[in-house]
Amino acid sequence: QPVMSKLFISVVSWLVAFAINHRVGGQSHKRRRTSEPIEIEDRLESLICRVGEKSTSSLESNLEGLAGVLEADLPNYKNKILRILCAVARLLPEKLTVYTTLVGLLNARNYNFGGEFVEAMIRQLKETLKANLYTEALYLVRFLSDLVNCHVIAAPSMVAMFENFVSVTQEEDVPQVRSDWFVYVVLSSLPWVGKELYEKKDVEMDRLLNQIDGYLKRRLKTHVPMLQVWTAEKPHPQEEYLDCLWAQIQKLKKDRWQERHILRPYIAFDSVLCEALQHNLPPFTPPAHTPDCQYPVPRVVFRVFDYTDAPEGPVMPGSHSVERFVIEENLHNIIKSHWKERKTCAAQLLSYPGKNKIPLNYHIVEVIFGELFQLPCPPHIDVMYTTLLIELCKLQPGSLPQVLAQATEMMYMRLDTMNTTCIDRLLNWFSHHLSNFQFRWSWDDWADCLAMDADKPKPKFVKEVLEKCMRLSYHQRIVDIVPPTFSALIPAEPIFFYKYQDEANSKCAGYAVAITVGNAIKNRASNEEILTVLKDVPNPNQEDDDDEGEGFNPLKIEVFLQTLLHLAAKSFSHSFSALAKFHEILKALTDCDEGKLHILRVVYEVWRNHPQMISVLVDKLIRTQIVDCAAVANWLFSPNMAHEFTRFYVWEILHSTIRKMNKHVQKIQKELEEAKEKLEKQQHKKDSGDEEDMERNSEDEDGQLEEQIERLQEKVESAQSEQKNLFLVIFQRFIMMLTEHLVRCETGSVDFNTPWYKNCIERLQQIFLMHHVTIQQYVGTLENLLFTAELDHHILAVYQQFCALQL
Amino acid sequence: MSIKLNALFSDSYVDVSQYRDQHFKGNRYEQEKLLKQSNTLYVGNLSFYTTEEQVYELFSKSGDVKRIIIGLDKVKKTACGFCFVEYYTRADAENAMRFVNGTRLDDRIIRTDWDAGFKEGRQYGRGKSGGQVSLHRR
Repeated sequence: QPVMSKLFISVVSWLVAFAINHRVGGQSHKRRRTSEPIEIEDRLESLICRVGEKSTSSLESNLEGLAGVLEADLPNYKNKILRILCAVARLLPEKLTVYTTLVGLLNARNYNFGGEFVEAMIRQLKETLKANLYTEALYLVRFLSDLVNCHVIAAPSMVAMFENFVSVTQEEDVPQVRSDWFVYVVLSSLPWVGKELYEKKDVEMDRLLNQIDGYLKRRLKTHVPMLQVWTAEKPHPQEEYLDCLWAQIQKLKKDRWQERHILRPYIAFDSVLCEALQHNLPPFTPPAHTPDCQYPVPRVVFRVFDYTDAPEGPVMPGSHSVERFVIEENLHNIIKSHWKERKTCAAQLLSYPGKNKIPLNYHIVEVIFGELFQLPCPPHIDVMYTTLLIELCKLQPGSLPQVLAQATEMMYMRLDTMNTTCIDRLLNWFSHHLSNFQFRWSWDDWADCLAMDADKPKPKFVKEVLEKCMRLSYHQRIVDIVPPTFSALIPAEPIFFYKYQDEANSKCAGYAVAITVGNAIKNRASNEEILTVLKDVPNPNQEDDDDEGEGFNPLKIEVFLQTLLHLAAKSFSHSFSALAKFHEILKALTDCDEGKLHILRVVYEVWRNHPQMISVLVDKLIRTQIVDCAAVANWLFSPNMAHEFTRFYVWEILHSTIRKMNKHVQKIQKELEEAKEKLEKQQHKKDSGDEEDMERNSEDEDGQLEEQIERLQEKVESAQSEQKNLFLVIFQRFIMMLTEHLVRCETGSVDFNTPWYKNCIERLQQIFLMHHVTIQQYVGTLENLLFTAELDHHILAVYQQFCALQL
Repeated sequence: MSIKLNALFSDSYVDVSQYRDQHFKGNRYEQEKLLKQSNTLYVGNLSFYTTEEQVYELFSKSGDVKRIIIGLDKVKKTACGFCFVEYYTRADAENAMRFVNGTRLDDRIIRTDWDAGFKEGRQYGRGKSGGQVSLHRR
């Protein structure tokens, strides 16, 4: 008794201290100071959420104390406690065993509560599956399975649930990603509960694993090449995620389910828990597949380190050990929980329980890069990872930067086989990271790239990194930070090239007009006056004199735009002002497709040494509707730009263009949705028969809305048509280029797999990967028009891999 | 199902700071409302040599930048260490508060804060000699 009251007092005083800390400083809660119950509910939430964090008392005593407090509060706050516990089960998977222990203790004290909790969890599981929240559903199932260890759920009923999950593999005509998920859920729970389930139901479990084995052997792996970070198998194979987990579980089984990494607080409470009565899970049928279901996309396991890479200290668990799986799961979950709070995230990663037995810094760096390079997309925005790594370096200045450097070095060594999309992300990260550390790097270590052809991955990488570094600093800085031997890789000085610069060019067609236009602009002439001046520009495309000045005149565009951009070259703002001021003229000059293409050519001509400026100008030209997205795509794929085709900035522009198109469609769709909702509300008001309202809601208003909806509908259709056309243009161009290359190589009996080809085919992949959700809508058209069976199988394979992402 | 666990999932980098623009035309309530909806960030502690291009490059990492207005010395009309960055969406501005604030640009740790919205005239420093007030205090 004295021990219990001591614990109780310590918990209560902790509660009070916590509540005090809670009011001072950071977090903005809307607290109602009046009602006590609300405050108690908030405190219950805090208590439950915080258990397991750093404390002067042991975890066991905190859990014991908390269980006592909650048990006492059950009569008044049962539902709130149920909801909080369900929420932590769903949202805090890295603290799984802490909360299963807590539930176990509560169940031992109050059997009915245990039953109600299990029911609530099953309800929540159904809801998350219905809402396509598959990751959260996974955590819920894992939680339930660990409850077997806490004597809350009877092992046979858990096995029965797993059997129902695995039977999904027998379903016909369902996407493979559906059965993948159910198998993954079962396998990924086994590190926690495999031992217990095998002890109770080994025959059933063996049958289950055999079924899974059979499924894994017959499932298709078409998607894998598209998702691998490296195409080479050495030194670290990029395994498909289910294959890797299966190997880990098989090894665990061989080790007789002895798993030593997971923290299991319930072991300390075994004597209490084994007295508890268990509940049976109700029979759970996986919800049927519907077209609305969006299952998680398959993954490839990213590995850059193995046990030979951590020089001293604890050994890294092998790639097929279950410890590796659990550590990586937990680190991913910590990032998922705290990505918005970089200091907390870094601190939580570095205080991972059991960190003394593993080379934690290596695991952290590997997990972070694994997310950054994840295909199709990283789970979180790229820049988060840069900032997180900086925080980690701040917290572990003596050890983490070295691991990071080691990883960077290893990735540089393997650039030859790294997926182009991942190279993009690597160079974005690396240049941004360097800019936070005075660009200090041992460039000489990479001197091997100087002897290679400029188009090889390593020198190309260094060149693009330096270009990105320059954008964050300035040209001279880059010259200063690299050894003189690297001068060939230093980016060009970002100067403007003006055709009509000086007397030397006076023989140039249009030179005289350029001077006149320049003066007119400087003297603030009106648009009309300038157009008049431009009338004097001959049209090299036409011989007749009865050209009324309509129609495409490339020279006119050149003279005007070169001069305008030259006058505005000082900064982005100057150039944007110029485009805005002379919008009318530019629109008039580029009324046709050729005009739009030519404007882009001129922008490139003048700013070819300043890719960043080209980027922002193209962005403005699209947003002000001087050019359209398809024109940009056609320009980038045109023969004029072929020599730039492998430059990073070209793909930055293309993806930015596609994104703008996508956002435009989404925006109008949203407007349409909102208008429809408004109409529905209005009609609902009518139906509810309020006479006053009926009088005010004149037919007019409804009519106006209906008209607006019709207009928006047209707008949506037109935008979607433009979007589809954009993708068609892009894919057509890719197919043409790649086919030409493949045919040429075949007839010349030359290996087609040149650096150019690798870049091109991976850029095609990148289009599919980065925009796979949008492209899904147009799959029918793509298959009928472009990706037909007649296509070269190398190109068709990319399309098939993309389809496999949701098959 | 959806209980948010306020106790745990804070987003403190996005919170509005204590600073309020004294020249703001409107009351405190209006200013707060604008700050909470704003897509515009004030950026401080820039080097006088930091260019619009550099700001674009860095802040584009959290989303598409709508415009940048470099802060100027009222007298000299040269850059004086601050700027405004406006995004097309609030979400992109929030990511800048989370991941660009407190990192380096041009070797200096820059500081971002919510701004109620750019108005002509606000690009000028309000210090006695034309630069920023905050520089006087150092």
